Amino acid sequence: MMDIFIGLLSTIGALAILFASIGVVRMPDFYLRLSVTVKAATMGVGVFLICAAIVFPDSEVPVKALAIIFFLLLTAPVGAHMIGRMAFRSKISVWKDTWIDDLESRYTVDEQDEKPSAEE
Amino acid sequence: MVKKFLMNLLLSFIWVALTGSMNYSDFLFGFLLGFFILWILNTDESDKRYFTRVPKTIGFFFYFLYEMLVANIQVAYDLITPNYFFKPGIVRFPMKATSDLEINLLSIFIALTPGTLVLDVSEDKKSIYVHVMYLKSREDFVSRIRHAETKLLEILR
Repeated sequence: MMDIFIGLLSTIGALAILFASIGVVRMPDFYLRLSVTVKAATMGVGVFLICAAIVFPDSEVPVKALAIIFFLLLTAPVGAHMIGRMAFRSKISVWKDTWIDDLESRYTVDEQDEKPSAEE
Repeated sequence: MVKKFLMNLLLSFIWVALTGSMNYSDFLFGFLLGFFILWILNTDESDKRYFTRVPKTIGFFFYFLYEMLVANIQVAYDLITPNYFFKPGIVRFPMKATSDLEINLLSIFIALTPGTLVLDVSEDKKSIYVHVMYLKSREDFVSRIRHAETKLLEILR
């Protein structure tokens, strides 16, 4: 019973990571690629760690696994945010089908503000 | 609030020590037992928030897992079939969260639900800019995130 459960969980984790890697190849632009990779990889690694914690219940493995999951959940979104923000600031273009872009206007306004100060 | 949580932890450790086996199930059972003991012995009528907060936190955790799973399946289906179904967009979301901790937790929640990615926080900390993969309409997305935000703020405030 437990074996089937662990097998199911680790299959889900492996599939999540596989889809993340397919996503890196297939996605049309940088933001979609980032969006797919970070979440699926985090979920895959998290599920694997939960499996490890179930397989070795009596040693120090579960505590370490929980700590890794905690820090993974805490840091992965911050990393994704920083990479995405940097990409937008360095004007990596969005895909042609992107139909609402609220952030676009904000940075063009910023640029107009910066130009006079640079000339001074 | 913190004191009650620490007492609850202490009770669950006592339970684990008394049963003498270090298992998750024992710890979880001890935590639940401690929770109910504290609930019954609570004499302070004015401070009942801890007893609504713990179930809400657990509920939010499962809501988060559910959202993550559903969205992951949607993205995975889109990846392995030849056609693209997405309509991406970058949407401004006006937050009700004010303090740094609330904004941080909200953006972690948004970032870990597949299909959404926090791109920027406005300088006055009033709104965040989210990159969305499946955008039906602006109102639909904002109401969906608003629902999650309300749940989160109920726990934090």
